[in-house]
Amino acid sequence: MWLIDSSIGRKLIMSITGIFLVLFLVFHGTMNFVVLFSAEAYNAIAGFLGANWYALVGTKLLAIGFVVHIIYAIYLSFQNQKARGGESYAVKNNQKSVEWASQNMLVLGVIVLGFMALHLFQFWSKMQLVEISHKLGLDNGGDLALAKDGAYWVKHYFENPVYSVLYIIWLVALWMHLTHGIWSAFQTMGAGGNIWLPRIKVISSILATLIILMFISIPVYFLLGFSI
Amino acid sequence: MEKSINITLKIWRQASPKAKGEFVTYKLDKVSTDNSFLEMLDILNEKLISERKEPIVFDHDCREGICGMCSLFINGHPHGMDAGTTTCQLHMRRFKDGETITVEPWRSKAFPVLKDLRVDRSAFDKIIQAGGYVNVNTGGTPDGNAIPISKLAADEAMDAASCIGCGACVATCKNGSAMLFVAAKVSQLALLPQGRVEGAARAKAMVSKMDELGFGNCTNTGACEAECPKNISISHIARLNREFLSAKLNS
Ligand code: HEM
Ligand code: SF4
Ligand code: FES
Repeated sequence: MWLIDSSIGRKLIMSITGIFLVLFLVFHGTMNFVVLFSAEAYNAIAGFLGANWYALVGTKLLAIGFVVHIIYAIYLSFQNQKARGGESYAVKNNQKSVEWASQNMLVLGVIVLGFMALHLFQFWSKMQLVEISHKLGLDNGGDLALAKDGAYWVKHYFENPVYSVLYIIWLVALWMHLTHGIWSAFQTMGAGGNIWLPRIKVISSILATLIILMFISIPVYFLLGFSI
Repeated sequence: MEKSINITLKIWRQASPKAKGEFVTYKLDKVSTDNSFLEMLDILNEKLISERKEPIVFDHDCREGICGMCSLFINGHPHGMDAGTTTCQLHMRRFKDGETITVEPWRSKAFPVLKDLRVDRSAFDKIIQAGGYVNVNTGGTPDGNAIPISKLAADEAMDAASCIGCGACVATCKNGSAMLFVAAKVSQLALLPQGRVEGAARAKAMVSKMDELGFGNCTNTGACEAECPKNISISHIARLNREFLSAKLNS
């Protein structure tokens, strides 16, 4: 199967899952941004994402996207390590044009994954998971009323500056992953030529930055002493 | 104005593909800054021979930047630190008096070291043999300009064709990927009507050979483009991806 056996096929899977995750981030970031203006509006949106069928389908697709992206990331990185050969260079320098992020996508990915565990524990396990458990008649000790109050959890965690700072570190790592990742995915899918390559790079950086600004505005808002 | 410098060289010596290699340090005094890097190595080799020591093996041929035979990883860069030049075009005036220069062979799984600084780059030949050509029915000489080709396509094909197959792209790539080389070879033909006909089969055959030979997966770091002595652009890699993906999706 060429999606597994060929390098470009493997990269195609990487880019499709990557772009899928980026689309999710666009949605998630926009939705989060709303919390700064209205807790009710935010909760109304979060309310759509409980234990109903479409939210569950979405969650499952997202989980598959992540798992495939990560499995391929590890597989590709392993193969690339092997292709380098046994001996490494005593002296290795990069030209200035080579972005640091592009050479450290796995490191950035692992950082993103680590913080994601914290994030899932803090929000998902208190919200959608509680609703799912409740629906299945199980009790995981969660409070069903609070499970529907996303704004409460946002306030609860971000009022603690330690968490705000942790989330900012996370988002910076994700931003770096995306500054390389988005244009790289287009390149992998074969988009662009002499004229469009620089344009795609600029558009991708802007998109990556906008996504991260939407997310990061929340911990920064709390760090500046405001609350919702 | 002739100037000379004293340098220390740390050079990789390895007796055979299986032998364990090591760095050996050589001091070389009064090297003219007008010497090319390879001339400097010739002088060092003359000195070694006169001392009845084995000379250092390195690849070279044209010494004017067109054949792709020279290699060498110099101070952490393939073909030295300058952009757009081959090792044979590098001159000693680019080094400082008293500098220590580290010289290593290309290192990549698909380019095993044969001896000292020489590596086996026949993997590239195998990729070309897999599809880097056009099949033509030879007949009478066709009229010039019988097939119209746009200036844009001609220019881009020419840029791609300037790849000399040196392997610097693979040597510098953290993934040991040969995509820049293969992209250049696929592009130079795909852009022209004569090569377009076999475009899909060529892309599939060359990529599959490249994978089989143990080159890595391209992650678009752009290190290849930055070090390529012929400034081959990674936009050709986008074209190769396009060629390969459409060939696979249409088959
Ligand atoms: C929200 C989370 C994530 C998003 C939006 C994302 C997005 C992307 C995108 C768009 C690419 C470019 C694909 C390409 O070059 O064709 C990429 C590449 C990569 N990602 Fe992620 N990623 C995420 C999480 C992760 C995680 C958790 C890991 C690893 C544990 C990871 C590891 C990698 C690696 C190693 C690459 C480079 C592979 C390559 O370019 O071939 N990513 N990512
Ligand atoms: S693409 Fe550039 S670096 Fe790679 S083989 Fe061709 S000339 Fe050498
Ligand atoms: S020796 Fe021919 S390109 Fe350097």
